[in-house]
Amino acid sequence: MTAYLYIESRDPFDSADSRYFPDLVKGTRERGHKTTLFLVQNGVLPARKGSQFSDRFRELAEAGITIYADDFSLAERAIGAADTDSHVQSAGMDRLLDLLLEPDTKAVWH
Amino acid sequence: MSKTLTLALMDAPYEKAASTTALRLIHEALSRGHNVNVFAYEGAVNLTMADQKPHANPVKGTSLEEEDHPTTKEWIGSLFELAENKGATLKWINCGLCVDERGAGNWIPGPVRGGPPHFVAFAKSSDATLVIPTK
Repeated sequence: MTAYLYIESRDPFDSADSRYFPDLVKGTRERGHKTTLFLVQNGVLPARKGSQFSDRFRELAEAGITIYADDFSLAERAIGAADTDSHVQSAGMDRLLDLLLEPDTKAVWH
Repeated sequence: MSKTLTLALMDAPYEKAASTTALRLIHEALSRGHNVNVFAYEGAVNLTMADQKPHANPVKGTSLEEEDHPTTKEWIGSLFELAENKGATLKWINCGLCVDERGAGNWIPGPVRGGPPHFVAFAKSSDATLVIPTK
């Protein structure tokens, strides 16, 4: 079965359509696909612990979706390990590349 | 085992963080000996323009040397060198019509002219394809 890698680069505080993107991610998972969400650039901003999007990350994680946030983007925005939502794992380009190159994976950049 | 990654880029340099992310990803892939194809579309054809020049920063009062301003042509030039050192291949195609529209035909060594059919061929022959669109 196809795996889906969703890459979110947009800040939900700035881009209203980012509020619907998690629905797509969760819907893919509910259809039985392995699903990963990788936050990058301003897409990492909601991963700051205590943000209004914490419940959304918890909901996605409980649905079986692995959530990563780009370590470089986190560092640029002064979001340290202690400041990162507990459902979000810090990861680098090495992890993103591994995910991209997994067989039968479709990658979607938003 | 070596694999092949294809990227389609659309953003012009010095505008969005996506350009930096893309170059970081290409660097990671080449460092591991994977082959990378890039199809530069729209403003992304300016990434490899040879006429880019670093500059001083009059706001901060820093000189050219102190500022050490990076240019995308230098970053991409170093990626071509990395590919050669790693025995990997970096193929970079600039969309010809996009180049003509922008008068952006003076490139660093490495890129070649092409069109969307080349992107399709890249995608068909790759293990993974990622399109990084403009917003």
